[in-house]
Amino acid sequence: MNHLIPPSIQPYVFSVLYGIVIVALLPLLAGYIVLVERKVMADMQARLGPMRVGPHGLLQPIADALKLLIKEDIVPEKADRFLFWWAPVLSVTMALLAYAAIPFGPVFQIADLNVGLLFILAISSMGIYGIVLGGWASNSHYSLLGALRSAAQLVSYETAAGLGLVSALMLAGSLSMKEIVQAQYDQGVWFAFVVPVGFFIYFVGSIAETNRAPFDLPEAESELVAGYMTEYSGFRWALYFLGEYANMVVVGSIATTLFLGGWLRPFARNHDLLWGTSIELLDIVPALLFLGVAAYSFWTARRQPVQIQKLVMVAVGALCVVLAAVMTAALFASPAVMQGIHGAFWFLAKVFGYIYVFLWVRFTFPRYRFDQLMRLGWHFLIPLALVNVIVVGVTIVLQQNWEWRHPMLAAVATTVIMLGVAAFLAQEEKQHQESMPAAER
Amino acid sequence: MAAQIPLDHYLFLSLALFTIGVVGVLTRRNVIVILMSIELILNAVNINLVAFSRYWGTVDGQIFAIFIITDAAAEAAVGLGIILAYFRNRETVLADEMDMLRG
Amino acid sequence: MNSVLFYFFSVLAVASGVLMVTRRNIVHSAVFLITALLATAGIFLQLQAEFLFVVQIILYVGGIMVLFVFVIMLVNLDVSLHLMQFNRQKFVASILAFVLAAQVFVAFWLGRNSLSVQPARLMEPKNTEAVGQALFQRYMLPFEIASILLLVAMIGAVVMAKRRV
Repeated sequence: MNHLIPPSIQPYVFSVLYGIVIVALLPLLAGYIVLVERKVMADMQARLGPMRVGPHGLLQPIADALKLLIKEDIVPEKADRFLFWWAPVLSVTMALLAYAAIPFGPVFQIADLNVGLLFILAISSMGIYGIVLGGWASNSHYSLLGALRSAAQLVSYETAAGLGLVSALMLAGSLSMKEIVQAQYDQGVWFAFVVPVGFFIYFVGSIAETNRAPFDLPEAESELVAGYMTEYSGFRWALYFLGEYANMVVVGSIATTLFLGGWLRPFARNHDLLWGTSIELLDIVPALLFLGVAAYSFWTARRQPVQIQKLVMVAVGALCVVLAAVMTAALFASPAVMQGIHGAFWFLAKVFGYIYVFLWVRFTFPRYRFDQLMRLGWHFLIPLALVNVIVVGVTIVLQQNWEWRHPMLAAVATTVIMLGVAAFLAQEEKQHQESMPAAER
Repeated sequence: MAAQIPLDHYLFLSLALFTIGVVGVLTRRNVIVILMSIELILNAVNINLVAFSRYWGTVDGQIFAIFIITDAAAEAAVGLGIILAYFRNRETVLADEMDMLRG
Repeated sequence: MNSVLFYFFSVLAVASGVLMVTRRNIVHSAVFLITALLATAGIFLQLQAEFLFVVQIILYVGGIMVLFVFVIMLVNLDVSLHLMQFNRQKFVASILAFVLAAQVFVAFWLGRNSLSVQPARLMEPKNTEAVGQALFQRYMLPFEIASILLLVAMIGAVVMAKRRV
């Protein structure tokens, strides 16, 4: 196929293809994340969640999308039209642009920038404008308050999250997303285990950055109707929604790349072979997983009450069988193809795992008050992140100078120190709160 | 390759931005717009520094650009702080109404 | 390709600069300043200064301008939309500004042949590393001074914005 494409555009062909695939699949993905969110919420609240459209609500996202597309697009009379129209577009564009540097696998990456991580951070920091300008342009008090809260929150927590990332960056010694994953392979450990405190800080920071509960103050429905989205409806509202969920995938991808080993499979350095073949034992796990899901789908298909629901369930099962076949076929293909397909599987699996934890957090913790949110950010997370950077830096230097090779030893040491610091900060905070007069508390 | 663009084009671009910034500082009444025009001026300087750095093949110009951005951040923080404080007391952000010292 | 990028970003920067100075609505001004800053970031990228490109977006667009927009929304008065936007000396001031620009332009124009036309053959292949090395070795003292400047600015801003001192 290579000789069909003129050499002058060859370097761009795959990048453009990947871009199209991502832009085409992302809305679908966002829709299904919403479905999973509703299902998990229902499960945690002991109810069923969406059940009507498709078996177990599997077609619900498509119905929702259709509804949003044909809904009337209302623009408030006194709104600033220019910004009101462009703000949601900006929000989505910035979320999508960040995907240019995310490595979904060793080959499946649009561009391997040598400032990859900083690029993603820069682009996602511009997502604020979608929210702030949209909230301002609506010319409504709820929207404006939501927008201002959002700006303050994002600026504060970006600092903490960025400092959390720095600890992993120091271990990797590179800003290129690919080299960061490669460093984790070379050192034989995911950075989440070496700098758990940094991972925790980034986790909290990323929840705040994506405006999700318990930090969803910009759109707190009990206080601000729907925050910056109050005046939006129909398609533009859907764009905001898409931007928010695309951002969740972005922060999930950053966390996966820096802390959870990117596209590396668990125990990537274990090369035990399946008996009598040249296939690595752990590489058959993805295929087995898909086969398991397929078996479950076929089994429940019999119990679906309506013919069409049976069909959809069978289709889901068939899809899983096909994916399992792809996973198996990849084992026999060339190493590049195999790495690409399995890498993408593990990467996405980790990203979805991260998002799943987001959902737990959302349905478990009550919402923070705004002053509590700010105090948590500035008085606890940022000092903790700063101390963490210093401690990790010192540890790295000690490791290099003393031939102190085992990484986990350093991990244990830093974590113990950091827990001490965290306890100290929490204690300070508590005393500070108690010393304040009751009216200001 | 970046061979085709002569260095003076960067200088002219930066001059254009600089002039726009100066006009903004001198003619607008709103203090916030004046501050923003100053940011534009600093930005024009950065273009020059980075262009020279590229054509001389060293990173020193880029270092200076980083310092200028740091400076801009400090300036914006203090400037906006002053504007907020002034607005709370006098309810205005217009430069020619800030004349409390006039006898 | 490279020159197309340069002229595109130049036109974008200058056009949004003009719009920024002339808009009546401050929020629109801020938006156009953001566009101008982004266009400048594009020019940095075209000059192969990747690290500065990212710094420009993170610090300028993602930090400083957010601060600006935040303050604008706090102090924005609808009344100010209907007031005069330019002060009384606007004609004199613009003429003087353009005279200044003309002087510098002439200086550039006369001296343009003394400028090197070709970019240096090779920057260090890894821009970020090169900047980091220079920043933390040769420019260590200015770097520390800059950090003190930021500390002073931070304290100053907090004191300024506090309700009661």
